[in-house]
Amino acid sequence: MRWDFASVFDNTDALLVGAAGTLRIFAICLVLGLSLGLLVGLGRYSRNRWLHIPATVFVEFFRNTPVLVQILWFYFALPILLPFQISPLVAASLGISLNSAAFSAEIYRGGIQSIETGQWDGARALGMRWGQAMRRIILPQALKRMLPALTNRAIEIFKMSTLASAVAYVELLQQGKLIASLNYNPIEAYTAVAVIFFVFLWPLVQFSYFLERRLRRDE
Amino acid sequence: MTILKVTGLTKRFGATDVLRGIDLEVARGERIAILGASGSGKSTLLRCLNFMERPGGGTIALDGEVLGREGRTAERIYRESELIQVRQRVGMVFQQFNLFPHMTAIGNVMEGLRTVRGMAKPEAEARARKELARVGLAEKADTYPAHLSGGQKQRVAIARALAMDPEMLLFDEPTSALDPELVGEVLAVILALAEEGRTMLLVTHELGFAYHVATRIIFLADGAIHEQGTPDEVLKNPKKERTRAFLASHKQFSF
Repeated sequence: MRWDFASVFDNTDALLVGAAGTLRIFAICLVLGLSLGLLVGLGRYSRNRWLHIPATVFVEFFRNTPVLVQILWFYFALPILLPFQISPLVAASLGISLNSAAFSAEIYRGGIQSIETGQWDGARALGMRWGQAMRRIILPQALKRMLPALTNRAIEIFKMSTLASAVAYVELLQQGKLIASLNYNPIEAYTAVAVIFFVFLWPLVQFSYFLERRLRRDE
Repeated sequence: MTILKVTGLTKRFGATDVLRGIDLEVARGERIAILGASGSGKSTLLRCLNFMERPGGGTIALDGEVLGREGRTAERIYRESELIQVRQRVGMVFQQFNLFPHMTAIGNVMEGLRTVRGMAKPEAEARARKELARVGLAEKADTYPAHLSGGQKQRVAIARALAMDPEMLLFDEPTSALDPELVGEVLAVILALAEEGRTMLLVTHELGFAYHVATRIIFLADGAIHEQGTPDEVLKNPKKERTRAFLASHKQFSF
């Protein structure tokens, strides 16, 4: 068999539109997932049960159900229960963000718990409030330890964006499918999609290594 | 003039009574060394004074003002904002330094001024440099804690506490985590503070240092004040048997 990428290159425009769609949903889910994850993680860390119990329920629910099912549920089931339509972007973003929040919450909780109690003592002895100690002393140190795990989450979020194709959101995989079905070239089309993902993700990982090195300058 | 008055202070961890009714009055300018075997409650007493631990019972009054209000149990109810005020007035230096490793020496000293006091950066920086110079570490301002020796770390920690202009300083075994050859530089800094007439409470195992720096010695046993008096009274002519036994067990190393 002969590989013929010409049929893929003819559809560069479609792939560019797909890449833009992938980047858009990645950016939304990265910001929403990791910031909501921090809130839920703080809830999991809290000894106040009114914060701890809801956070735990959230984590266990979204960690133990498949993202694809969540996306389909938000897209097809939620509009039946609520009086409005939900776009593919919103449905997919909700599913991926909430799932990422659940996983990253556990990363945040573990990272925060790993900081020695002496750091809390040092901060409190200066007269810091809980929030000040968390923001200025605990989180910056925890973040350094959590960075490898959070990078993994970011990569996972990027790749989970392909699940949005299940509700026909226009992203790379959706466009790859389209090209493959129009030109009968699944090998070339899906190879191209995989390569594009690698081209995006590899620099992202390099950037996280750079960040890790920068954060290590206090050692 | 009394700065701190402790009445009937108790603290229990689980089933263990760590403090069993401590009464203590500290006058401005007094320097009190708290001695006692491990487990006698001396660190817990110190940590209750700036509310790193919540007292289980009894009252603490700062400048004549009794802190907290009565609750339904023996444990008083304290507002967070009240405790934050107290901690700014009562500085603390820890055995393990507890420097912030992600900040330089000067960053550590500036942190309370910036975050807690909301001081502008140039002002905080100038103040922090002054405090670092006072402990002899002006040239280490931009060094991270990981590159400082134990003695230097503890001096930065002292500068960090001093920057907040505390009315009283608590030292919780400030030299116990140090290599023997580094103890002297930290004690010298504390001695200099003593000569300025600062009010301080010091938990320590350095009996010789306690003798020279303290105006009063308190010997704690089983969570209560067993004996107290001037350094000469307690260290040279202890009246109680347990004090004598404690001193005997330390003398072979200290004198």
